[in-house]
Amino acid sequence: MAILSKEEAQTILKKVLGFSKADECEVGLSGSEGGNIRYARNGVSTAGDISTLGLAVTSTYGKKSATSTIDQFDDKSLQTVVKRSEELAQLAPENPEYMPLQGPQEFPEGIGYINSTAAITPDTRAEAVLKSIQVCKDANLQAAGFLENTTGFNAVMNSKGLFAYNKDTDVIFSVTTRNAEGTASGYAARGFNDISKLDTLTATKIAASKANGSKGAKAIEPGKYTVILEPVAATYMLENMFRFDARQADEGRSFLSKPGGGTRLGEKLMDEKVTIYSDPFNPELPSATWDREGDKLEKTTWIDKGVVKNLSYSRYWAQKKGVKPLPGPSNIIMEGGTASVEDLIKSTERGILVSRLWYIRMVDPQTLLLTGLTRDGTFYIENGKIMYPVKNFRFNESPVIMLNNVEALGKPERSISVESYRSYLIPPMKIRDFTFSSLSDAV
Amino acid sequence: MTKEDVAKTAERAVAVAKANAKIQAEPVQLAPQKGYGEVSWKTPIEINAFEVPIKDKTDLLLSVNAAAKAGGASFINSIFFAVNEQKYFASTDGSYIDQDIHRIFPSFVVTKIDAASGKFQSRKSLSSPMGMGYEYLNARPQDKVSGIVTRYKNRYDMLEDVKAATAEANQKIKAKTVEPGKYDLILDPSHLWLTIHESVGHPTELDRVLGYEANYAGTSFLTLDKWESKKFQFGSKLVNVVADKTQPGSLGAVGYDDEGVKCKKWDLISDGVLVNYQAIRDQAHIIGLKESQGCCYAQSWNDVQFQRMANVSLQPGKTKLSVDDMIKNTEKGIYIIGDGSFSIDQQRYNFQFGGQTFYEIKNGKIAGMLNDVAYQANTREFWNSCAAIADESDYRLGGAFNDGKGQPSQSNAVSHGSATTRFNGVNVINTARKI
Repeated sequence: MAILSKEEAQTILKKVLGFSKADECEVGLSGSEGGNIRYARNGVSTAGDISTLGLAVTSTYGKKSATSTIDQFDDKSLQTVVKRSEELAQLAPENPEYMPLQGPQEFPEGIGYINSTAAITPDTRAEAVLKSIQVCKDANLQAAGFLENTTGFNAVMNSKGLFAYNKDTDVIFSVTTRNAEGTASGYAARGFNDISKLDTLTATKIAASKANGSKGAKAIEPGKYTVILEPVAATYMLENMFRFDARQADEGRSFLSKPGGGTRLGEKLMDEKVTIYSDPFNPELPSATWDREGDKLEKTTWIDKGVVKNLSYSRYWAQKKGVKPLPGPSNIIMEGGTASVEDLIKSTERGILVSRLWYIRMVDPQTLLLTGLTRDGTFYIENGKIMYPVKNFRFNESPVIMLNNVEALGKPERSISVESYRSYLIPPMKIRDFTFSSLSDAV
Repeated sequence: MTKEDVAKTAERAVAVAKANAKIQAEPVQLAPQKGYGEVSWKTPIEINAFEVPIKDKTDLLLSVNAAAKAGGASFINSIFFAVNEQKYFASTDGSYIDQDIHRIFPSFVVTKIDAASGKFQSRKSLSSPMGMGYEYLNARPQDKVSGIVTRYKNRYDMLEDVKAATAEANQKIKAKTVEPGKYDLILDPSHLWLTIHESVGHPTELDRVLGYEANYAGTSFLTLDKWESKKFQFGSKLVNVVADKTQPGSLGAVGYDDEGVKCKKWDLISDGVLVNYQAIRDQAHIIGLKESQGCCYAQSWNDVQFQRMANVSLQPGKTKLSVDDMIKNTEKGIYIIGDGSFSIDQQRYNFQFGGQTFYEIKNGKIAGMLNDVAYQANTREFWNSCAAIADESDYRLGGAFNDGKGQPSQSNAVSHGSATTRFNGVNVINTARKI
């Protein structure tokens, strides 16, 4: 069993530290149990069950450090991995930014572990997928999808007496539904800590409805449009912005750098409807309660009513700048309102509903200009109603500019990034002057 | 690892297979494969990177960093990355295959910051990831391609390149912003490899064509009817593209794939026409093949093997043509070196690419550096606008270790060769914004 209890992890970590002869030593232990099932053309294509357990030892002499890893746990192997990290540390150059390890800390227990998710079996996954495939067969569509569950734990102990442990569960599901002619496509994605919240049947019905609605897409001119981004589209776009690192900003290589030097901390950078924070104890999106530097993760506001409220400081950069260290976001929650996507459509005179974005890449890190495309359901809205599906667009837009052009925010919902599979709490949003630069023939 | 662990792992695999059997849609049809007995293959290297002392590698990187700082760089990040994969494959077909695979990728990024204006610009190394040993870092005069900046063929001079990169990062801060519009693009192999990868390599993968990647990497506009017609004009008549898992020095070169099939070379695009796909054992029958094309790959022992891209390369021009002559014959163009931002739709029609450095061409001459350049095109229109390809003497490899596909996602290492190529009348946009 790769999921060790707090006590089991503690026993191994103590033993490993007992082999250390270095000035300082930190040992990390992590494991995961999980499985996946992938399907396409209404049948299973691949599936697997994965179990991992690994140990990483970082030894330090003065300011010279090195890390060695291993996945065997007999005494001889544990002694070997410690010795190897010590030998490598002696060879390493001095790290002028090395920070001494932290002593004992108190970390509250996280709330991200759900027993029923940890108990998922291959049959649970197959049954969930069977429901999804049946929806598509009934709708004369072809399903391609993926379901993956993971139970993981992380533990760390160091020679100064720090010990931390966290355990969590996660399940993600995504499905693309297409017709045989290749002229229609829909998508849905879900992510939860708790399997009981996952309904693959309803999610697939939504994807199927998007696919059926996307048939016969018309070409309209690219340009600036008011867009309604559904949460899965907004999440992928904004994921590229959630780096609030003070050092990069201080050093002049971030969108949060100020011309002439310094950072944009305290500046109003976005519309006042925008508030973004992290909170390890959000019941919809729990996260770990500590990070690898041995810092406690607490509720932190990054953007407050459009103003840059906080930047994250590593322990080294905080010391250099004479401020308190502040760990980066453990999760991301964006505040919104109560409106549904349908409400946002009703209040739109002329615009485009975007179900999903695709292949987003950075064009200019200075302005966070991103490019990517719409897909799996793009619709023209007029006078509060969806009029017809439209062909997909390529966009060139910055999330910072986009969050300056917020018309309205809906009710936040848990959504996953279609690239990183990380979960976020993000509202659907209505944005004016979103820049579409060309048309795509892709369906 | 104990016998009990192995048995437990097999039991879990059986449980997964049994659970999924009830939703199996169609039976698997594997192309027959003869057993090779006990065979081995090794990347033909001269110097094993893992036998070079760590000190030599750190000294190289620190000298690269020092050169960048001496040239006025604000930041420099240099990396030495090497892989030695020792892979053993056994099958009931009777193959016992032992492979010793070496790959290498030295790289850096130089960043220049202009605090007063708040601008920053970076220039990446012009190195390529290669299926080679440490000899890749021993550049010889014949490996250097002269021009507006030195580029490299088969071997790489990291110290020389970082000096050039630092000067170019400084230049990029002051370069003029591009006027959007139609330009003839002259694309260096250090740039073109990525365009080939995205717009030719991916759409010719048969699993995408069939819909197996619909939920993640996407499908393909190169549907079976286009291949069956035998006259789908993918590109101009100059365009010849091959898939090749045997090319020396390439990332994808191995002796046998991960289904125990001997690797080979085959045509994908001939005289501009789509002639074939990339297929593995369970797909071969779909396109009438009697055997797999040998491009099955798993990134690790604990990942499932599936169809992955072979090295896919544009063949050089058949008549003598230098880059200088290509520039001389261009009235209004942009010469692009190095790869940058990249994005393409899920069926591989519409793409947008950036680069590392951009040079304006006016009336046959380089007129200076440009900034904020990206080009957008439709794959088929773009490859049909291919108007000139330099000859074999300019042919070079580019590539990537991180070609992503599959759920859970896996990375594939793949190279793409080309000579400098001109595409006429491509749409260029300006990417400058203010926040």
